[in-house]
Amino acid sequence: MAGPQFEVPTLTEYTEVPKIREGAMSHLKSFVAAETSQSYLGYPHQLPADWKERALDRMGQVLEKFRSVRVFMDACVHCGACTDKCHYFLGTADPNNMPVARQELMRKVYRRYFTLPGKIAPWLVGAEDLTEETLGKWYNYYHQCSECRRCSVYCPYGIDTAEITMAGREILNYVGIGQKYSSEILVKVQKIGNNLGLPGPALEDTLAGLEEDIEADTGVPVKMPLNVKGAEILLVTPSADFFSEPHVESLIGYAKVFHAAGVSWTLSTHASEAGNFGLFNGNYETMRNVAMRIRDAALELGVKRIIVGECGHAWRVAYAYWNTLTGIGWGGDDPFAKQLRDQLDMRYPQPMHICEYTWDLIEKGALKFDKSLNDDRVITFHDSCNVARGSRMGDEPGGQFTIPRNIIRAVANHYQDMAAETIGEGTFCCGGGGGMLTDDLIEARVKGALPRMNAYNNVVRSDGVNFLALICAICKAQFTKVLPYYGFDRNSVGGVHQLVSTAIKLD
Amino acid sequence: MTSLTVFYTTLFYFATLVLIGGVAYRIYEYSRTPAPLKIPTTPAPTSNAGVVVRMAREVVLFESLFKSNKWIWIFGWLFHVGLAVVLLRHVRYFQEPAWFWVEFIQPFGKYASFIMVAGLAGLWARRFLVDRVRYISTPSDHLMLALLVAIGLSGMMMTFVSHTDIVALKAFMLGLMTFDFQPMPADGVLMVHLGLVALLMIIFPISKLLHAPGIFFSPTRNQADNPREQRHLAPWAAALERNKS
Ligand code: HEM
Ligand code: HEM
Ligand code: SF4
Ligand code: SF4
Repeated sequence: MAGPQFEVPTLTEYTEVPKIREGAMSHLKSFVAAETSQSYLGYPHQLPADWKERALDRMGQVLEKFRSVRVFMDACVHCGACTDKCHYFLGTADPNNMPVARQELMRKVYRRYFTLPGKIAPWLVGAEDLTEETLGKWYNYYHQCSECRRCSVYCPYGIDTAEITMAGREILNYVGIGQKYSSEILVKVQKIGNNLGLPGPALEDTLAGLEEDIEADTGVPVKMPLNVKGAEILLVTPSADFFSEPHVESLIGYAKVFHAAGVSWTLSTHASEAGNFGLFNGNYETMRNVAMRIRDAALELGVKRIIVGECGHAWRVAYAYWNTLTGIGWGGDDPFAKQLRDQLDMRYPQPMHICEYTWDLIEKGALKFDKSLNDDRVITFHDSCNVARGSRMGDEPGGQFTIPRNIIRAVANHYQDMAAETIGEGTFCCGGGGGMLTDDLIEARVKGALPRMNAYNNVVRSDGVNFLALICAICKAQFTKVLPYYGFDRNSVGGVHQLVSTAIKLD
Repeated sequence: MTSLTVFYTTLFYFATLVLIGGVAYRIYEYSRTPAPLKIPTTPAPTSNAGVVVRMAREVVLFESLFKSNKWIWIFGWLFHVGLAVVLLRHVRYFQEPAWFWVEFIQPFGKYASFIMVAGLAGLWARRFLVDRVRYISTPSDHLMLALLVAIGLSGMMMTFVSHTDIVALKAFMLGLMTFDFQPMPADGVLMVHLGLVALLMIIFPISKLLHAPGIFFSPTRNQADNPREQRHLAPWAAALERNKS
């Protein structure tokens, strides 16, 4: 790693709200997508001559199709309550990273072309023409938002800047300005089946290797089945679980849980990715196409249950959107939904999170642990934004906070929460979500991690915490990369099921 | 009819038409635009009854704002509560006889105007003092506060300093409602008060005052968290299903 080209913020006890510094992050642009991936996704790859009409046309369509965007464009009163809620603002002091200002980038254009006062008196209401410069700012600041929804918790009208960011990226894509990282991933997942572009045979090899490792380690033949027709459970997990560290440790954990429960389960090559970057770009059709792979795999393999591995945005898409997009879930009476519904086991929620599954088994007493095996770890848990604010686990609101913690407490002796205002619904994003997990955005990633790092630093100092437990593939990759910038050991990051894996007793 | 009466009569019909027509159109627009995906900010209630409670807490207590920023909350909440009491007190201009409770709140209700204006002053001060809020404030934000303060102060002038002829005003207002036109009292302060109120009514449907109807349509607040139990499908998304699958 070459030394950073920017100043890493210093850790403080509380994250202070900085004085604004205009333009502090205006230099940071993510790499722009090239022709191959853009044309696969049906977008141009450079600004067409009629870009302005296209952009406004798309904006009009978004306003027609998404109530969120329509209402949010009108409702903001500029009260300022959200201005100090975004981790990117707290870490960079760039005023355009204040949620309301980020929205305002689009709202200025909305006012100018879609509202009466903006048409007749733009200066009065802060309306502005759409220019290439505007698009530049959009590109810049809509890729300094991890769509974490923290702002939405604190806005009196629940205005969710993530929805605006998604709309902004969609409009940008429409005029040929796509982000390389997300654009290429969306091609890989649709062509190959996962975001990493790991082909079927490679996946098979990896899984066989892991089986050997586990057996060498524990003496128990824990299996990692792939494409098994008639298995009871289909596990859909982020592809990083197959070979990134520390992700793979959690995959081993899931396999051990399934082994201990004695159920038949399988992975699928076609659905070898839980992640769905369609969410990040705000294109319903793309998100649906990516999600359809799961439905297709479930139908083809004839599984009874679908379980999702540790991944934040993937769980949001699975929990909140799969039923809508693909009919995975209950309550649909149309033929499309029925086709799958009749196959799935109606005693369970569909889909289910791996933490819900494991916790269920723990509550039933079906799993045995030796908690002392985790005794070298003092653990804290980071609530991932999409799980915290965009989904749920279990039957009660807030189960997404209690269930992972319950699991940790069941498998380990030393646990300590971070400060209350930095976890739960108010959790700070890791800084790398929402399509920002790319090296060209490292400056925003490092700076955006500041509030989380401050909270983590406090428990490291006061309670000797040395393990940051996560249930998100992006969080895992982001923290592994960013912790060293703040002087922490990159190996102190891991999954909740890594802890399960350490302590579980197999026979 | 004097030209003054003609002017204010026309103005109020126009303003009422714009207010009601405009807000109705906006509500129609919001309700017609589908929310294709389930996006409640979680933890969220899992039932519709729970959603009603959540919404009530937002509208009555400004709960999210309370979590967010105590200064904005205290000023904002005082302003709105003051405004609500002031408006309830105003009901008597449009009724003969007025409801019992409208009469009941008259004597102490008039002090709500102080709370309302103080709240507005606090909110306005933030627009100058807090650098982040200064950055996001547009001229229209300042003018909106100026307008409300001016309405408040002109009203308070009449209540506490130079009383206006309430009987004549009431006759004028009731006349507007029954199409039995009565003269508009020629009192300068009242003319200012009513002129500004009419302006407020006219800009309501094209300004940020749409936050009032808007909050009820905010999908992050008005959706129940039950996506696994119920299939949620927008009409345009369902059409996609028929075409492709
Ligand atoms: C359903 C009814 C309403 C609700 C729930 C509501 C809620 C809110 C909230 C939460 C705020 C942000 C905090 C603040 O700045 O006070 C706000 C701001 C504001 N509200 Fe309302 N409001 C409602 C009706 C109204 C009405 C009828 C008016 C005016 C006639 C109004 C005028 C304003 C103004 C001008 C602001 C911005 C204050 C500023 O500039 O800081 N509201 N409202
Ligand atoms: C057609 C509508 C309105 C009419 C006819 C009207 C008329 C009046 C009158 C006659 C008074 C003096 C009361 C007295 O002497 O006891 C008054 C006071 C006042 N008005 Fe209005 N007004 C109207 C709308 C509004 C609106 C929309 C607001 C707020 C945004 C407002 C705010 C006030 C305030 C703060 C006072 C002083 C406190 C009080 O008497 O309650 N008025 N108004
Ligand atoms: S969604 Fe998250 S990253 Fe985006 S503006 Fe809101 S707080 Fe910031
Ligand atoms: S909290 Fe909501 S209403 Fe207030 S400025 Fe932010 S987005 Fe606008």
